[in-house]
Amino acid sequence: MVVDQTLEKVKDIIEAVKKEQSLEEGDILINCLHKVQDVYQNFVPSEAAEIVAESLNVPLSKVYEVLTFYTMFSTKTRGTFIIRVCNSLPCHVTGGAKIIETLFEELKVGFGGTTEDGLFTLEKTGCLGLCGVGPVIMINDQFYGNLTPERVVEIIAGYRKKGRAGT
Amino acid sequence: MKTQTVLVSVDSGSVLKGARYYKELFQELVNQYNLDSMVEVLETGSLGIYREGVLVSIFPDGVYYEVCSKDDVEKVVSEHLLKGRAVSALMIDEEIIKKNQPTEEAKTSETRIVLRNVGVIDPLVIEEYIARDGYMALGKVLSAMKPSDVIDILKESALRGRGGAGFPTGKKWEFTAKTDSDVKYILCNADEGEPGTFKDRLIMEGDPHAVIEAMAIAGYSVGASKGYIYIRGEYYGSIDNLNKAIQDAYEWGFLGKNILGTSFSFDLTIRLGAGAYICGEETALIESIEGKPGRPRFKPPYPPVAGLYQKPTVVNNVETFANVPWIILNGAKAFKEIGTPSSSGTKVFTLVGNIRNRGLVEVPMGTSVFDLVYRYGGGLPGGKSLKMVQTGGTAGTFIRPDQLNVKLDGVILVMDEDSCSVEAAKVAMEFFEHESCGKCTPCREGTRMAVSILEGISKGNGKESDLDLLLRISDTMEETAFCGLGQAVAMPLRSIIENFREDFLKHIRKEPCPVCVYEKPKKRKTPA
Repeated sequence: MVVDQTLEKVKDIIEAVKKEQSLEEGDILINCLHKVQDVYQNFVPSEAAEIVAESLNVPLSKVYEVLTFYTMFSTKTRGTFIIRVCNSLPCHVTGGAKIIETLFEELKVGFGGTTEDGLFTLEKTGCLGLCGVGPVIMINDQFYGNLTPERVVEIIAGYRKKGRAGT
Repeated sequence: MKTQTVLVSVDSGSVLKGARYYKELFQELVNQYNLDSMVEVLETGSLGIYREGVLVSIFPDGVYYEVCSKDDVEKVVSEHLLKGRAVSALMIDEEIIKKNQPTEEAKTSETRIVLRNVGVIDPLVIEEYIARDGYMALGKVLSAMKPSDVIDILKESALRGRGGAGFPTGKKWEFTAKTDSDVKYILCNADEGEPGTFKDRLIMEGDPHAVIEAMAIAGYSVGASKGYIYIRGEYYGSIDNLNKAIQDAYEWGFLGKNILGTSFSFDLTIRLGAGAYICGEETALIESIEGKPGRPRFKPPYPPVAGLYQKPTVVNNVETFANVPWIILNGAKAFKEIGTPSSSGTKVFTLVGNIRNRGLVEVPMGTSVFDLVYRYGGGLPGGKSLKMVQTGGTAGTFIRPDQLNVKLDGVILVMDEDSCSVEAAKVAMEFFEHESCGKCTPCREGTRMAVSILEGISKGNGKESDLDLLLRISDTMEETAFCGLGQAVAMPLRSIIENFREDFLKHIRKEPCPVCVYEKPKKRKTPA
């Protein structure tokens, strides 16, 4: 990946969001950061944050304040696949605790950790609103419900295969 | 003309069970049997019934099926569609469908208010919404009503906010209308994050235009020309459906400049959350739209006086908005006939946890927990007995089986005899610890202390004085926390200790907890 080209892309994204969605000055910072984070695969590097600050005319410190406040954003590299586990009570009472244990064992990382191969980052999340099919996890933008420990192992294996084929 | 319609219930939940695949399979088989000139296969939103499989309904026959496999789909097509014989083995008991209708007296679709179109129309096709009187209310308001007339109807209807606080919607709009300003805003709070709640998601995925129409009506009523829908960043399905709906509404002239040929203009756009429960608090949500961390503001001034960019702002929940077009079209009186005198209309409840019919129901305000658990929810699966119910989400009260007649709010989380109170309290407090924004000390430190004390108790290292300490923490948080989130932590903590004290004492006495999920604390392998 040529860095300059990526940065150009970031500029284009911000301009597009500005044009399409802005009703007032400064109201698109979070929407922009979502899009920028997608470009860099799950994190926002400092050079991209600088461009966001410049394009939206806000101090860099403010961009970082937002980046570090919201859990969906990261300033550090994360795995190709972010596994978000619902740790709310409705998932817990339908077997969520076993799912979390299985993920710890399978990935050999705790919450916030990234696997050695750089494929997975494990994170906690609040209720995903899919309690009708709990316990639930989310891998990037895909949801998986009605989980059992066996199913989790299967799903992770699938992503591992996918991830290795991709690199 | 096609004579039969197959509706496949598609939402974020059912997709996980293969809804999209089944829909394609239906279409494929219909083509294969040359039925395509007679049978139409369509997607619809969720009926809110969560069982093992995917819900499929066939009209005009009015038969509901639950399909769990490719074979099931084949059976329905070859038997029902081809030969006209209903497949009784796959049919869902009519009673369950009826239970998802609003009132026992009138099991007709017209009393289904908030979910009137959910599970009936294709949410991505604006024509289907229009065909069910969609945008009629907006037309009526713009052509025949003064802004103050709209507010009067809402006040008369006694509609209260459905986001939790229950503030009268008409009054909120009136305050905003009366505050003098050239710029005003309409915000829709779609940052649904209360554990166990997914009513807003189903409305946005199943009937997005209802929200858009109501926001335009609100704009006209209070004199606002701009609106934002603030959606959780994780709600991909809702974001997609609303984006499409907004785009269509612009194309059809229900949004934008000079709506329906009048002088009223209204612009609407979506803002995404990024994983912060606190942004469901209205002033934190406003801060977030302004591109800041979502930390709540001091109130007063309230948003109707100084909200987004310090301008007068209406903030309403998705469900609240979804009521508005119905009230405009059917009148305040019809709305008041449902529910209780002080709070009219219906409420959408989600039933989650150890309950047979997980999902959501729309019932009149004032329905008891007992009815929800046993009549609508079908009781507990596996012959287990009821241990406790938490109402109103993680910030709600834990109650005992003998307290099921209480008033309630929103979510019904049912826990059977295999659950442990200490564990439940710990999980609830861990949630708040994670979601505390850190602005004020009582919430930031109080949640941390509560978690560490509860951890001690669950490992058998507790003292009886710990319970008093926990109660003192909840009192302090209730009295001194800066915003509603911190104050709300007191409710679950206090109620679970008061109602299930014996469970806590057992852990303190190190009696093996007979029902505990974690009997002995297992060392979890959590390398950094």
